[in-house]
Amino acid sequence: MDPRELIARRVALELRDRTLVNLGIGLPTLVARYVPEGISVAFQSENGIIGFGAPPPNGMEDPNLTDAGGGFISALPGSVSFDSCVSFMLIRGGHLAMTVLGGLQVDAEGRLANWMVPGKLVPGMGGAMDLVSGAQRVIVAMQHAARGQPKIVPELTLPPTAARPVSLVVTDLAVLEPTPQGLLLRERAPGVSVDEIVAATGAELLIVGDVPEMPIAVARAD
Amino acid sequence: MRHAISSQKAAELIPDGASIMFGGFMGVGSPDRIFDALVARGARGLTVIGNDTARPGVGVGKLIDAGCVVRAIVSHIGTNPVTQKKMIAGEIDVDLTPQGTLAERIRAAGAGLGGILTPTGVGTVVAEGKQVIEVEGRQYLLELPLRADFALLHAHESDYNCNLTYRLTATNFNPVMAFAADCVIAEANEIVPVGVIPPDAVRTPGVLVHHLVERPQ
Repeated sequence: MDPRELIARRVALELRDRTLVNLGIGLPTLVARYVPEGISVAFQSENGIIGFGAPPPNGMEDPNLTDAGGGFISALPGSVSFDSCVSFMLIRGGHLAMTVLGGLQVDAEGRLANWMVPGKLVPGMGGAMDLVSGAQRVIVAMQHAARGQPKIVPELTLPPTAARPVSLVVTDLAVLEPTPQGLLLRERAPGVSVDEIVAATGAELLIVGDVPEMPIAVARAD
Repeated sequence: MRHAISSQKAAELIPDGASIMFGGFMGVGSPDRIFDALVARGARGLTVIGNDTARPGVGVGKLIDAGCVVRAIVSHIGTNPVTQKKMIAGEIDVDLTPQGTLAERIRAAGAGLGGILTPTGVGTVVAEGKQVIEVEGRQYLLELPLRADFALLHAHESDYNCNLTYRLTATNFNPVMAFAADCVIAEANEIVPVGVIPPDAVRTPGVLVHHLVERPQ
């Protein structure tokens, strides 16, 4: 399976019924394709809407209806729009049950870096710092390594997005949970051994008993 | 009741070196006609305050392309390689600000507050040089109010009294910026008679708007 699809299908199992969720751009956006049967989630886009849907048919695009990346979307029945202050009251005020964000690095304490690489890439933090500060649960969805280098490191070498540790890290190899005792290896990807995960991880992992294989959400027909 | 002004006139009101807040998120809900007129006027030395610098040729990206901007206070420049290039070349200063903090700093200025306390940015480079204040055991950054000389807004409708409405995700920073500048200039998709917009639908009271740009003829 494509590693990005695997990550998105595992993250989808973290969705809870009747909650508000914000998906970051890139990989996290894929999670919306795998919402489990019987679960109803409202997705927020921080540019000012709850309850958006797939892009409209060709020629039906509305220049006033876009996602945070500026792409055309549709609005589902019951959707609501609002200004940037309200959008970030929802985010910072603890009204968001969960956010899923991409990552450049996560360290042994569960801190995330995802907004700049000094001297190379300076896109800016956009809403990421507010999301990590304010969402009830912060889930990082990222590849376990980049160009052979571990992205899960003993200590961040990139500027942190927030001091607060994230709730869960889902990669193409493993599911990791930052705990006060350390980074707990909760699950392995299908067909991946604990030794392979340890070898691909820069930070020390907490391994307790048998590590189960990760479940993934079924791909829906639509 | 006031008369609308041309976008050229609006651009003449904004002197070189001014600070301008602009509505828009990736160019959606941005005052494009005023931007076009500023480019045509050859404006220089502007400080722009908004969510992002959109893309080259889009929204405020037109001002960046044309060399009108020396400083940008924004949350994101990742979608505009021209901004990044000019930042590296030292032609534009970029102050990156978390998006929610940007909105609340503008709101503080518009609401007469001395600043806001936010947990966003604690323990990051955003906290450098800022006061950290502990309230009930939690740490917050003191973020100061952010005002501008001009706010340039894009609305859906305006009536003759400049009461404004917005549409969907084109709303974004427009309503809050209407409170936080010395001179507020709006352009609207539609200009309608007084009474057409129901009172509950008005998002920006016309008393805040100094000038409305006329519709293209």
